[in-house]
Amino acid sequence: MLKDITFGQYYEGKSLIHRMDPRAKIVLLIIDMVFLFLTKNIYSLIVPAVQIFLILAVSKVPAKMFLKNIKTILPIIIFTTIINLFYGSGGTVLLSFWHFTVTTAGVWRSVYMASRIILLILISSVLTYTTTPNDITDAIESLLSFLKIFGLKTAVHMLAMMMTIALRFIPTLVEETEKIMSAQKARGADLEKGKLFERIKALIPILIPLLISSVRRAYELAEAMECRCYNGGVGRVRMKQLKYSLVDLYAAIINTAFCGGVILLNILL
Amino acid sequence: MDNQIEFKNVAFSYDNEQGKRDIIKDFNLSIKRGSFTVILGHNGSGKSTVAKLMNGLYKPTNSDGTVLVDGIDTKDEKNEIEIRRKVGLVFQNPDNQLVASIVEEDVAFGPENLGFAPEKTRERVDEALKAVDMYEFRKSTPHHLSGGQKQRVAIAGIIAMKPECLILDEPTAMLDPKGRAEVIRIIEKLNRENGITVVLITHFMEEAQSADRVVLLSAGEIIRDGTPKEIFSDIKTLKAVGLDVPQTTELLYELKENGIDINTDAISVEETAALISAALHLEEK
Repeated sequence: MLKDITFGQYYEGKSLIHRMDPRAKIVLLIIDMVFLFLTKNIYSLIVPAVQIFLILAVSKVPAKMFLKNIKTILPIIIFTTIINLFYGSGGTVLLSFWHFTVTTAGVWRSVYMASRIILLILISSVLTYTTTPNDITDAIESLLSFLKIFGLKTAVHMLAMMMTIALRFIPTLVEETEKIMSAQKARGADLEKGKLFERIKALIPILIPLLISSVRRAYELAEAMECRCYNGGVGRVRMKQLKYSLVDLYAAIINTAFCGGVILLNILL
Repeated sequence: MDNQIEFKNVAFSYDNEQGKRDIIKDFNLSIKRGSFTVILGHNGSGKSTVAKLMNGLYKPTNSDGTVLVDGIDTKDEKNEIEIRRKVGLVFQNPDNQLVASIVEEDVAFGPENLGFAPEKTRERVDEALKAVDMYEFRKSTPHHLSGGQKQRVAIAGIIAMKPECLILDEPTAMLDPKGRAEVIRIIEKLNRENGITVVLITHFMEEAQSADRVVLLSAGEIIRDGTPKEIFSDIKTLKAVGLDVPQTTELLYELKENGIDINTDAISVEETAALISAALHLEEK
């Protein structure tokens, strides 16, 4: 699973959402998340809900992939739902025992909370399903480049370089970890049995060789980068330049309309 | 200026707690432009140090020693980028040389650092990937490639900067036989067709077959310097420095040792076969 982090959860496609500039996707995602939290009640939540389901449909990513993501956080959803059942005040009392009372307001509230979390997961999965981690890295570098007016240009470049190298090396290190684990098992290490503390202790003979080899790799990579004229990103020009297109403009306009809808419903209801 | 790289009285030593340790001393070597030189040596012979001295990654530790690349001194910090553009260095482990997780973006790393316009970088990347026969894998990710393919991508990453000289420090040591053959074929092609000066550092003698010149290194010193045939026929020296002699050469050597009148300077299997059959005919007569 981790081995394929290069493409992450990326689901290949040519939909309008896939074709959007990753920067536009990230910015609109942040705006939509904010507006999701600005909704006051379940009625104004309908607007972002419609919008998000529209986006999902346009992205052409199979529904079961989104369901998979929801399934992983199902415990959190259930927990929030149950807690919120008891928090509503007003409405008719449906159930009352010991110190707890469940009212109709409480039911509405927990439905509202749960749907908000589900929508949040759905909209953020659209980003990871339609954008490669590489594109996300490039977008973050580009979006943060405004920081250079504060003299943080190298810091932004360093962050992006670190993310690039991390993406590149995670599969390599996963492979290495597997090799070390097999080697230690062949020498009689027992990694699966024992109490928690014993199992943590059993990880030490895996982590130490991994750490040492990572340091050696880092050193070799640094030399190889130097050989390719790397000097900390000064004067570096990327081959792949991000470009906004009309799709991004339309997306921004539609997005603004939906956000306006949320504000309107918040005022009216 | 016929010499691409010139070592003059170069010494290199490490300083550590155990004191000073000389890796190479009084080292003199010139590499001709457009040539294909193989530096043969066993582990610890100082061959990796020699490689790193060639592009200024290491600098001579003695004050009168100089390494000149196209007549430019590597000791001068301000020549650093110019030297690295001229002399590309490829290392042993392809995994530790690739920076980006998409093949074409990795190859673009060098030209990007040099500040080329995106179109020019694109052109260089496509050209380099075609030169190593990896163009069809340009959108692939390194960990889905075989060792030989990864090493070819690493070579592409260097030649995208259009160096005049390519140094390869044991590029095949971690590869399977198939990957090794692929990489050697590409190196030979780059030398012949693109006119790139190649210095191949290795301990596999088989890889020295098509070289113009073989330099035998042991304990930081050049002990033999000549054509592959000259070096290969001197089996005693090769064995003395701990190198594995190719089976063909070994066979001829053993035949000669056992009193058969035979030439021992063949390299390829075909040549060896021809020599043996000639020797057999001679016996019959």
